[in-house]
This record gives sequence, C-alpha cells and structure tokens, in this order.
Amino acid sequence: MKKGWKETPIRGIILEAGSAHGYSTGGWRKLQPTLDRAKCIDCMFCWVYCPDSAVIVENGKMVGFDLEHCKGCGICAMECPDKVKAITMVLEEEEKEAK
Amino acid sequence: MAVETKHKCNVGLTGNSAVAYAMKQINPDVVAAYPITPSTTVMEEFSSYVADGAVDTELVTVESEHSAMSACIGAAAAGARVMTATSSQGLALMWEMLYIAAGMRLPIVMACVNRALSAPLNIHCDHSDSMGARDSGWIQLYSETVQEAYDNIIQAVRIAEHEDVLLPVMVCLDGFITSHSIENLCLIDNDKVKGFVGEYKPNQPSLLDVEHPATYGAVALPDSYIEARRQQSEAMKLAKDVITDVGKAFEKVSGRSYGLMEKYRMDDAEVAMVILSSAAGTSKVAVDEMRKRGAKAGLIKPRVFRPFPYLEIGEALKNIKAVAVLDRADSYSSFGGPLFTEIRSGLYEFDKRPKIIGRVFGLGGRDYGVHDALAVFEELLRIKDTGKVDKLFDYITVRE
Ligand code: SF4
Ligand code: SF4
Repeated sequence: MKKGWKETPIRGIILEAGSAHGYSTGGWRKLQPTLDRAKCIDCMFCWVYCPDSAVIVENGKMVGFDLEHCKGCGICAMECPDKVKAITMVLEEEEKEAK
Repeated sequence: MAVETKHKCNVGLTGNSAVAYAMKQINPDVVAAYPITPSTTVMEEFSSYVADGAVDTELVTVESEHSAMSACIGAAAAGARVMTATSSQGLALMWEMLYIAAGMRLPIVMACVNRALSAPLNIHCDHSDSMGARDSGWIQLYSETVQEAYDNIIQAVRIAEHEDVLLPVMVCLDGFITSHSIENLCLIDNDKVKGFVGEYKPNQPSLLDVEHPATYGAVALPDSYIEARRQQSEAMKLAKDVITDVGKAFEKVSGRSYGLMEKYRMDDAEVAMVILSSAAGTSKVAVDEMRKRGAKAGLIKPRVFRPFPYLEIGEALKNIKAVAVLDRADSYSSFGGPLFTEIRSGLYEFDKRPKIIGRVFGLGGRDYGVHDALAVFEELLRIKDTGKVDKLFDYITVRE
C-alpha cells in the first residue's frame, strides 16, 4: 500500500534519488528495437542518443534495451552506423507473437 | 527616499514606506521584484536599502512579474527567506507561479498593494487582484491602515514559516489610499523585529542541501497528486490557529493585538456591516454616527480571508438582525462578491442567522464616503424593521 497523505513528504518533493527508474514508461510503445548482437560493433552511438537512457550497456558492451522505459522512438536504430545497422524496429505485437 | 529613524512612535510614513521599512528590519535573503503601480515605491525604497548596504538581501531585478515570482520560488526552494511586492496586472501575470509557490509549500511573503484589474485600464484601488488569487493557496491578510500593513508584514514571516503552515502569505493594503497616504505609526525596534521573526531554518532538505539531495517540482500523477493537495488544505486549516498565536506573540513585542477579525461596537449590535481594509475605517465613523442617532450599529473587519474564518464570523453575526457585506471586488457570479458569498455560506451552519445583503463598492478607486456607509446602515434598519430584503445583491457608489 502506498503512503497516505499524512505520511507523504510535503512539498511534493522526492527524497529518494533515482526513483523515476521504478516507474514504467514503456507501456505505450508501438515499435520495439531489436538488436542483432552479431552485427553490433559496440560504438555506443545508440547509448549516447537514446533520450530515455534505455540502452543497456554491460562491461563496455551494448547488450540490449530496457523495455520498461524504451518508448520506441527509433532514434537508436537511426543512429546505428549505416554499415552495421544492428538495430531493427519491429511492431510491438509482432515481437510479442514471435516470442 | 529610504527612512532613517530612531523614533518609535508618531513616525509619519506612507503604507509603502512602512512595508519597505518592515522588509529592511526583516532583512530577507532574497527579494525578486518587478515594479508596478501602486506597489512600485515599496521596491524603490527597498532597493535603496540594498544600495546603502542596510540589508544583506540579494535583490533580483527581473523582466516581468512572472519571472519575479519564479525567482522567488527558486530562491525559497533553495532555503532562502524570500519577499516581494506587486499589484494588479503584476499579480495577474504571476498567476501560474502563485499556485506553484503554494503547492511547493514555500513561505514567501508578498505585499499586494491592491489595485483594479483591466479592462478598462485603471491604477486605483479595489480588491479584484487579490480576490482573484483567493484560490491560489496563499494566506491572505488585509490591512486597514499603514500601521496594520507594517505589523502584518512582520507577522506574515512567522505565519508563513511555521512548521504547521509552510505556505506563502499575501499582505494586502489598499492602493494609493493606504500605500501612498502618510499616517502616524509606531515602529518596532530592530532587535525586537529580528528576535520576533527569528532565523529561518527550513525543516526539509532545500535545493542547496547537497547532503540530502531532493527532487523539487516533480510530476505527481493521479497516484499521488491529491495527497499533496490534501496536505496543502490541512496546512491552510492549521494556519488559522497559527495566525491567532502569532498575533498574541506580536502583542507582547508591540502592544498591538491581532486576531482573525476586528469587531467594532458589536456587543449589542442589531445591524452590522462586514468590510475589508481601509474602507472599514470610513465605515467605523458611520457606525459612531448611527449610534449617536440611537441605532445599534456595529462592524466586522475580517483581517484574514484565507484561511476563511467562517465559523468565527458566523458566530459574531448569528444574533444580528440584518447584515451588509461590502465587497471591493465582484466575482461576476451575478450573486455577489467573494466576501458576501462566503460569509453567507458560512452562516448556513447556524440555525439562527441574520438577513443579509451584498453590495459591491468602490471599484477602480471610486470614493466610498461616510454617507455611503450611512445609506447602507439605513437600508439595514429598514430590513430589520420589515424583515424583507429587496435586493440581495447590488452595486453602490455607482452613478445610476
Ligand atoms: S527506441 Fe528510442 S527509447 Fe527505445 S532504446 Fe531506441 S532510442 Fe531509446
Ligand atoms: S549504435 Fe549499433 S553498433 Fe553501435 S552500439 Fe548501438 S547497436 Fe551496437
């Protein structure tokens, strides 16, 4: 249960850092980015350009997408270098059906 | 010209000079303002205190009132004690920021030198500006005299910053009538003012508190917005007792007492007028005149309009036979001004209640004289005798 009005900090302030991470904003995505790991050269362009910090990088490698926060804008696919094109945008329903 | 005085009482100052002097004594951390008639001289004089090094205040001169209130909000969120002043269109331009100051629970103190709103363009007194802001979440205190404006500014700091309240406070005084008229008043010693307002210590992490980082002004969706608003409503409710307590504490340092309202010759009154600010002074003369004529007339001057002391006012009016509520603003409901409709609504709590009428007067600085008040009392006497109200709502001081 969430806190009642008497327990909530006043001023609408948030005392916990990074709490937005717990809020799912990926629900209205129409297109979903998919990664072809074999083609990826880990240039990190997608990571730099993603407006929602939804590109996941581990140990210097691009490993996938945070679909709780990715809004499906396709910027990552657009920015992925032409000679690589490791990211493809696919319809959300088709991706779900495929799984 | 900035005031330099060692005298305590019988100091002749205009309302705006007195407000600026109170601000000097309070010595706020930040003042952000944009000039507008008739509040301009508050800032003009305060800025000379800044230039003379008489205060430590960071004075932020901005490009509009919207920016003035925005700067006040930023500074207050950073933990500063913040003050400003405005009037009329300036207050109107602050509109969206007024709600944000209140919603973020920032104890900003603002002098509102009441002036009519356009159109037609007018620079003179009425209460359209502050009455329009009555739902913005600011506490509102109304001042009859220069003395009250000075005293209210000092008390406002303590009311706003009280931990049960943490809301911005608007101190209203009548444009030109009070702001530009010289009256004798008593000033309080600097040390006493300093001691009375104390040091402002925000009890929550401020923007500059790097040890306790916090997010200010974040979005609150349907799962949390109403909780913040419920808290704000509670703070406004608690403000009523805080205002009373601060008034009592103020009496100890000044000898002048302040409550939620002033009652004038109400003890045995049969007919009464309710009226705000400087026009209450004029009306008291009419009360005395009515008493001389043998009529039991009285007057109530609410000092606090937000929070609205509906039970206290209702209690004071319930045994009166006929009451007139005079508004220096119309709310264009075609039913009555804001003070009238709220008092009438508050009286619904009482089984026994008076006949009541609402009258709008003095818009755009139209003179309101003793004869106008006497005419209202005469009408109340007719209502008392006949038990009949001819016109629930009407304008006075207007050419028919
Ligand atoms: S589609 Fe847009 S939001 Fe999703 S990962 Fe790519 S750039 Fe980020
Ligand atoms: S932009 Fe393309 S190649 Fe570069 S890291 Fe992202 S997916 Fe890999």
